[in-house]
Amino acid sequence: MADRGKELVERVRAAIASNTPLRIVGNDSKAFMGRCAAGEVLCTAEHTGLIEYEPSELVVAARCGTTLADLNEQLKAHGQCLGCEPPEFGGATVGGTLASNQSGPARPWLGSIRDHVLGVRLVNGRGEQLHFGGRVMKNVAGYDVSRLQAGAMGTLGLITEVTLRVFPRPERRATAILEMDAIEALRIMSEESRQGGPLSGACWVGGRLYLRYSGLDAAVGDRLRQRGGELLQGDAEFWSSLREQRLDFFSGDGPLWRIAGRPAAAHDGDGPWLLDWGGAQRWLRDAREWSQLIPVAEGMGGQLGLYRGGDRNGEVLHPRTPAQQGVHRALKQAFDPQRIFNPGRLYSWM
Amino acid sequence: MSEAERNWQQVARDMRAIVDARCVIDDRETLSPYECDGLSVYREMPRLVVIPDSVDEVRAVMAYCCRSQVPVVVRGAGTSLSAGAMPHADGIVLSMAKFTRIIEIDPASRLARVECGVRNLAISEAAAPHGLYYAPDPSSQIACTIGGNVAENSGGVHCLKYGLTVHNVLQATLVTVEGERLTVGSEGLDSCGMDLMALLTGSEGLLGVVTDVTVKLLPRPQVARVVLGAFDDVERAGEAVSGVIGAGIIPAGLEMMDHLAIVAAEDYVQAGYPLEAQALLLCELDGSEAEVEESTRRVADLLRAHGATAVRVSQTDAERELLWKGRKSAFPAIGRISPDYYCMDGTIPRHQLAVVLREMQRMSEQFGLRVANVFHAGDGNLHPLILFDESVPGELERAEAFGAAILELCVRVGGCITGEHGVGMEKIRQVPLQFSEAELTQLGLIKLAFDGGELLNPGKGIPILRRCQEYRSLDLRAASRVAIS
Repeated sequence: MADRGKELVERVRAAIASNTPLRIVGNDSKAFMGRCAAGEVLCTAEHTGLIEYEPSELVVAARCGTTLADLNEQLKAHGQCLGCEPPEFGGATVGGTLASNQSGPARPWLGSIRDHVLGVRLVNGRGEQLHFGGRVMKNVAGYDVSRLQAGAMGTLGLITEVTLRVFPRPERRATAILEMDAIEALRIMSEESRQGGPLSGACWVGGRLYLRYSGLDAAVGDRLRQRGGELLQGDAEFWSSLREQRLDFFSGDGPLWRIAGRPAAAHDGDGPWLLDWGGAQRWLRDAREWSQLIPVAEGMGGQLGLYRGGDRNGEVLHPRTPAQQGVHRALKQAFDPQRIFNPGRLYSWM
Repeated sequence: MSEAERNWQQVARDMRAIVDARCVIDDRETLSPYECDGLSVYREMPRLVVIPDSVDEVRAVMAYCCRSQVPVVVRGAGTSLSAGAMPHADGIVLSMAKFTRIIEIDPASRLARVECGVRNLAISEAAAPHGLYYAPDPSSQIACTIGGNVAENSGGVHCLKYGLTVHNVLQATLVTVEGERLTVGSEGLDSCGMDLMALLTGSEGLLGVVTDVTVKLLPRPQVARVVLGAFDDVERAGEAVSGVIGAGIIPAGLEMMDHLAIVAAEDYVQAGYPLEAQALLLCELDGSEAEVEESTRRVADLLRAHGATAVRVSQTDAERELLWKGRKSAFPAIGRISPDYYCMDGTIPRHQLAVVLREMQRMSEQFGLRVANVFHAGDGNLHPLILFDESVPGELERAEAFGAAILELCVRVGGCITGEHGVGMEKIRQVPLQFSEAELTQLGLIKLAFDGGELLNPGKGIPILRRCQEYRSLDLRAASRVAIS
């Protein structure tokens, strides 16, 4: 672990002075995400280590370059975990995970990293070191600048430190598999979600529905018995392959589209589809165009993203209305008036 | 424009051209109920109250106020505890009282879209036939509205497990200060790009006017039980809280009351609280029957191991509700034993609880005022209630000074000045305790990004430093030079 905070701030200040755009990377595990953006590389990978970890407070603060793998290991030693199961994508860091608002299969029940971030340290486009939020669960003084970073892809500043809420590891996890088509799977996933209790994963892929339960041994056992189906041996492998996008469904170079919308929205038959988050996140391998898929996403009350592949010089996120663009631009201006940080990474116009 | 120059009769006439004439209030008598919110020591008479009935009317009112530079304070049910809805002396109050329609409930997708003036509890009531509810439950939930909840990022006694407003809202329709309509968030769990919904939540009406909100609905837990633990020492109760959390149990709620609060609440609702106890813990566990049985047993054992003098588990829903009733009635209960009370809202790291309570006792003697404590112990949110009598000269000022000292203490031990009530007008002077000048400048620039003329809820939430406007005009000039070249 090392504190490279000073160097990082100096690099940002030098870039401001010379008006040089920066491309922020940790281990560059999410190079495939967002738009292609030019800029001098500013690497955070060496700014690592836990700053504070109080297991009884359920809070951990880490430098931005700390890998999730390292963090997870230290949490595990205290019987804890990141509730939102963000993907490790071969070296993912805490900073990048927040900037891209990652989460895993438990998203509908345990949230994404935006739900668990309590505070950030940030260097803004004036080269100032700022601290927002803190280490307590409830803090409503000032705007929620910490959560605003989630999904901003580093366009509002350099995140140097993140404080997160952590969770106790569940006593037991188990998965049932049931064979069925997508329409039946959506119905069952909705029914399961409405029951509450220990559901922590609901994914349909390749004609099979995977339902995961986590929690106290007794509660998980009860639900498995009620649901029936086959018990998946070694289920952790399935869920980590789903989270890390290593399942066969994700292989190949074709465009990978993502729609996040209403979980029970009707199924669009033309696939191949993978339905995750109980139907609230749907992946599509397809050569269809933006203009064909936007109505599909909007019909689900949601938004479309070109997650992987395709044209990374064009837009990769759902189109914004002129009013929305205005707000985004004004916020960019408020944080980064010279457009130093990751210009164009999120939208071509920002 | 200065107050003296503005022709308020003309503004009223213009407003009557936008909304139903009866929905513009300008006579003193009818205006007076609007002069304060739930924190009644802060009062100001507004010039006008305008009550629109549609998004288009809101847009037209905002466009007018933006053009004419009229300050606007948006008001829901007026239950704010930080004077967040206190009127501006030279402005209008925009009352959202007519926005009470439940637009849609989608039980299959577990969400509801409601107008901003729908009461918090009314959402759960509308969702109940589907076995669903809206989780955040501030104590004012009978009256407070979802628009106000978004403005304040309201919590409640169950947010340890189910989160605050920010964790339970998906999308909002916002009318900007210019009168433009803007959708923030989406009906999915994530929206593309930066999280504007999170920015909006807790922004205290400073960034725009929320007209409708889409919220998540959760399934009602099958079973819920409360474990009550009595302690003869506040410190031991604090350690028991850490013990429960540290053991890997996330209770639905975990609350603490001190001796004065216990006695007042028991006298008020007869919940069966042990009167001799120095501290009381209420720990709610919910889930399936098997889950609740197991976790209830573990919590009861933990409380005993941490020195509880008595432990009781609710056997029926009626008993559970009675145990909660005492806690939820703590504020009015205190109101019966003191002519006035002042409710604070700091948050601290849990392990500092004993230190903070001891220090608060010392300050109580120093300021010569009693203090009762109710505490969202699970998430570190303190509500000290300072008892005073406004009719005694100097007591209000002493209560305010005591309150400010408590907030300073919270920040000093690593916490913050407000956990769920917001800054409003009340805590504006304490905001710099928590933020540096550069941080305040950044917060001010966010405000100006939405509301460059500082018309929305001016003077509250964030002190706007002068350099913010200077930076903004420099940046705008630089940006226009780039655009021209």
